[in-house]
Amino acid sequence: MTHNDSSTGGNVGTIGDGKKIKIRLESLAKRFPGQTEPAVDDLTLEIPEGEIVIFVGPSGCGKTTTMKLINRLIEPSSGRIFLDDEDVTNVDPDHLRRRIGYVIQQIGLFPHMTIAENIATVPKMLKWDSKRISSRVEELLETVGMDAGRYRNRYPKELSGGQRQRVGVARAMSADPDVMLMDEPFGAIDPITRDRLQNEFLRLQEEIKKTIIFVTHDIDEAIKMGDRIAILREQSHIAQYDTPERILVGPADDFVADFIGRGASLKRLGLSRVRDVELHEWPTVADGTSRDDARRVLQQSDKGCVLVLDGQHRPRRWVSAEHLGRTDDQRSLSEIGLPADAVVEPHATLSDTLNEMLTSRYATAIVVDADGAYTGVVDIETINESVRGMREAERGRLRGELADPEGPG
Amino acid sequence: MSAPSMPPTETAEELAPAVGGRIAVEATPRFRPRGIVGYLFMPVVLATALLALYLWIQGQELGSTEMRLINAENIRTSLVRHLQLTVISTVLVLLIAIPVGIILTRPLLGRITQPAIAVFNIGQALPTIGILALFAIVWDIGFWPVIAALVAYTVLPVLRNTMVGLQQVDPSVIESARGMGMTRRAVLLRIELPLAVPILMAGVRTALVINVATVTLATFVAGGGLGDIISGGFSTGRDTVIIVGAVLTAVTALTVDYLAGIAENVLRPKGL
Repeated sequence: MTHNDSSTGGNVGTIGDGKKIKIRLESLAKRFPGQTEPAVDDLTLEIPEGEIVIFVGPSGCGKTTTMKLINRLIEPSSGRIFLDDEDVTNVDPDHLRRRIGYVIQQIGLFPHMTIAENIATVPKMLKWDSKRISSRVEELLETVGMDAGRYRNRYPKELSGGQRQRVGVARAMSADPDVMLMDEPFGAIDPITRDRLQNEFLRLQEEIKKTIIFVTHDIDEAIKMGDRIAILREQSHIAQYDTPERILVGPADDFVADFIGRGASLKRLGLSRVRDVELHEWPTVADGTSRDDARRVLQQSDKGCVLVLDGQHRPRRWVSAEHLGRTDDQRSLSEIGLPADAVVEPHATLSDTLNEMLTSRYATAIVVDADGAYTGVVDIETINESVRGMREAERGRLRGELADPEGPG
Repeated sequence: MSAPSMPPTETAEELAPAVGGRIAVEATPRFRPRGIVGYLFMPVVLATALLALYLWIQGQELGSTEMRLINAENIRTSLVRHLQLTVISTVLVLLIAIPVGIILTRPLLGRITQPAIAVFNIGQALPTIGILALFAIVWDIGFWPVIAALVAYTVLPVLRNTMVGLQQVDPSVIESARGMGMTRRAVLLRIELPLAVPILMAGVRTALVINVATVTLATFVAGGGLGDIISGGFSTGRDTVIIVGAVLTAVTALTVDYLAGIAENVLRPKGL
């Protein structure tokens, strides 16, 4: 567990759990000419390596300014910036920025350049040879789930909003920077596509393990995406800097509690993932199974239907006794019953899973692995157990704090 | 989205409305060739006009005055001079207006933008014939005073289109370019100018069309050009000569406009 020093005074956010620090801001401040109040006031913050750190806060709290101070799109008035223990406060900002990926809400793809040219921008500045650039572009397009052959020579205006955002992320990763800054990267995208892009990005991050600073005003996005969240109030004062779990369980003050808003327990479901809970079994049959065998499997279980799997163990249909009972029907098992929707992968959050379950016929979400093969199910009982577990953990924590009045810090 | 985090003087976005209010972009929709038929239409019309003019002249009884004014030698000299005046003045306008437009749109110079535009506005507010006469009196007659007058007159449209073209570039595109580590110079050369080309070229085309038409007035200060034929026709009272001069001027202007339209198409970056 992490420590939260911010509540003990000073605008300081340290992590103090032995993780390697990737970025350190030291008494960083920004005063814009003609403004009496500083936009960022004496901020000291440690960003651990390989984590997604979210800057979240109300409009005008200085979160975007703080992010831009890191790649020096806005030059700090005072204070220091360390990247990998190197003081980068005074290095050539253009060279600094080539080491840091940058994604903004409006994406800002270059409309007169093809997708490949857009992605190749930083590698070209770094003078990579054209062969290396071309294979990197291909690799990145595949990474963000776009067919390179089909899209590399298109122009941005020929893409949908979601595709542009993928290209924006690919472009930011082009020279394989250790650090990426993302300013509301999914803010201008419709909710369904946003959810998909968020999930894809989290899956990608599991592989690439970049240090990411992610700005948003949406606390739900912060909880979903963040390994660690800095809740900021005006002038980039840290209200709380901690993991999403600990912020939800123990908001530092009323500002944080207000900002989290209602439904904190529901939000906590957004923190647990399917892979963290114990899956339940469901009776399954292979596609080619005879109806009699399927009926036998069904009778031996306490469920109302069986799940039909195809040759690759991918879920196909829910088939109930009633569907099996129609003897005049000679179609195979994968053609009768109801479609097996409500499918989730292990990295899905319990709140997404609950949502899927509520829309499914049997109030059950099917869990599949990365190849789409069935691994088990999550039902309402699983979710219940998980909520109970969280409540007990919270009670235990409160008891611990009462026993030790100094708190965990 | 932290609105107050950007200082008011640091973005081009904030500059745009202030300038845009005073200098409207050249936005008149004009003929832009499209497809084979589109590209052939104007040359066919112009060739037909010239052919009709030629056949009509062939059917006329021409006296020695007419022969003196509209022989091939004289027409060629006038036409070459006309095109020289047009092209040289336009090139000079581009050499002045584009760099000045770039400088005036740099964020650090936001404060001098308005006064600078006011100065260039004076040139366009004066009637061209007035500038020509003025230069003839205080300077000289002939080729270079005409060029100077044309430049003074057409700097503004190109300047304003350069500025508007640069200012309409999406600020988020510039921000992402800077955020990726492009230098200011690279952002200007590789992002801003290419994206400004369509509007900038519209300004260049405007300048060319204004100049090719205005050069006709050069004859009054001994600058030459096709205006010589027209005024020669007037001073000798020969209508045929006036018509030849007028048609040639019109055909030249339309040809220049047509070629500029093609250049607009060719230079417009793909993907816009």
